[in-house]
Amino acid sequence: MEGSILIGIYVFVLATFVGFELISKVPVILHTPLMSGANAISGITLVGAIVAAGRDTDDRLTAVIGLAAVIFATINVVGGYMVTDRMLQMFKKRP
Amino acid sequence: MTDVMLQTVDLSYLAAAVLFMLGLKKLSSPATARAGNGLSMLGMTIAVAATLFKQEILSFNLIIIGVVIGGVIGAVAAKRVQMTAMPEMIAILNGCGGGASAMVAVSEYHRLSPRFETFLLITLLLSVIVGTVTFTGSVIAFSKLRGIISGRPIVYTAQRASNWLLGIVVICLTIGVCLSPANISVFYGLTFLSSLLGVLLVIPIGGADMPVVISLLNSLSGVAVSMTGFVLSNNALIIVGSLVGAAGLILTRLMCEAMNRSLTNVLFGAFGAVGKGVDVAGAAAVAGTIKSYTVEDAATMLENAGTVIITPGYGMAVAQAQHAVRELASLLENKGVKVRYAIHPVAGRMPGHMNVLLAEANVPYDKLFAMEDINADFAHTDVALVVGANDVVNPAARNVPSSPIYGMPILNVDQAKTVIVLKRSMRPGFAGIENELFLKDNTMMVFGDAKETLQKIIAYIKG
Repeated sequence: MEGSILIGIYVFVLATFVGFELISKVPVILHTPLMSGANAISGITLVGAIVAAGRDTDDRLTAVIGLAAVIFATINVVGGYMVTDRMLQMFKKRP
Repeated sequence: MTDVMLQTVDLSYLAAAVLFMLGLKKLSSPATARAGNGLSMLGMTIAVAATLFKQEILSFNLIIIGVVIGGVIGAVAAKRVQMTAMPEMIAILNGCGGGASAMVAVSEYHRLSPRFETFLLITLLLSVIVGTVTFTGSVIAFSKLRGIISGRPIVYTAQRASNWLLGIVVICLTIGVCLSPANISVFYGLTFLSSLLGVLLVIPIGGADMPVVISLLNSLSGVAVSMTGFVLSNNALIIVGSLVGAAGLILTRLMCEAMNRSLTNVLFGAFGAVGKGVDVAGAAAVAGTIKSYTVEDAATMLENAGTVIITPGYGMAVAQAQHAVRELASLLENKGVKVRYAIHPVAGRMPGHMNVLLAEANVPYDKLFAMEDINADFAHTDVALVVGANDVVNPAARNVPSSPIYGMPILNVDQAKTVIVLKRSMRPGFAGIENELFLKDNTMMVFGDAKETLQKIIAYIKG
């Protein structure tokens, strides 16, 4: 097994633990924004989509897949962050 | 590209990952949550900007087109969506993320074919399978929540057996691709069947179980991102994917606990299927008569109460009654009544659904109480006002061992001195179970659209 894969597995396992720690502290009232916020960051797959769409390819199929990946991931990122922000600004303390 | 630049791109991914984690940490309080989301956005901007400097990117045409199209769709949808429609919005966003991860993996398959390293190929296939299941599963969840297809469980004979069979075929095809990676038809056969699996897995799940499904799909979209991260050997994706995977899993577990059901039961139980639930309802029927009261009765009762706890359910979302609820609460507070809100974890169609709606109606968050924090208080509360909630306040969960919801933690509204239930009709709740709360001596039923009823109560109190 290649070194980078092994590092990847380390990162995966450790980040999962960090995730459990961070998220178990989120209060019940914020569960919806937590979901949409987590969903928005999972749009990081846009980074991979950009690389896929940026290869100057003559193959029509790969071009279409790359383009679709960028569209989907961008919807996820932009929609996810904006909707999370919209929800969070509604949560106010007693005036 | 020089080594220095490569390292800079990698380090900016690390910076992004740190910002994401700080953002999640700040979600632990409503006071800092919005700033946290801002940090998270900053992280995303850094990661995307750094990627544009990568050497592999030769043409920006498709990237620009894709970002513009996706950005406009995402922004318009996020601006326009109503708070009551948030469950389906989140479902479809999960789907987009899962779909994008799967497509990145498919694109990598074409680039690398036919030379694959085994581990990489396995993670690639996992990304495709989990990503497509997330995508099609989310589309079905979205359609159910929007009412495009029935929210009731869709069941047919040998459903579980055929799903198992399909699962086994998917595993076999995965092995098949590993044995002959260059065979494109096997690869696309696997992709197609995974999509089908996503559809078939969500179709038998009913609307009231959607909080579990949405949380689980959220988790799966994270897993897909992680797997894509392995394919691209990009640690930022691996980190983010595991964070999101963990978040979704925690919520899934919390939702299951709040219903006292196992994940297997939620996914395969076809809870609330037509026919089955109704039979049970007959068996559990309780003696007593429904006492229907007028708006005036309810208004007088509320006006003269010292303490009121409002318990909202999915019915409040359907009737868009959150603003009327808040108006009534303010009115009562001005008259010196102490008003609080009791939120059941699975009230509504997604985790936190009721909190978002009440926040939209400007209810301060320190008046929203989770079940465990307020349940003991019902016993010394004058009026419990139930707005469109049913199964989560059904005492059968405590007393009737034969009831399908027996053992589910419920809000103890029946212990309040008086219970006022606003309900559209006498139809049983989603699970199709009779609710003895409605028959109790201290319960006042007021039938009608929740929003209209509340507005009439408000008008009456204003006099």
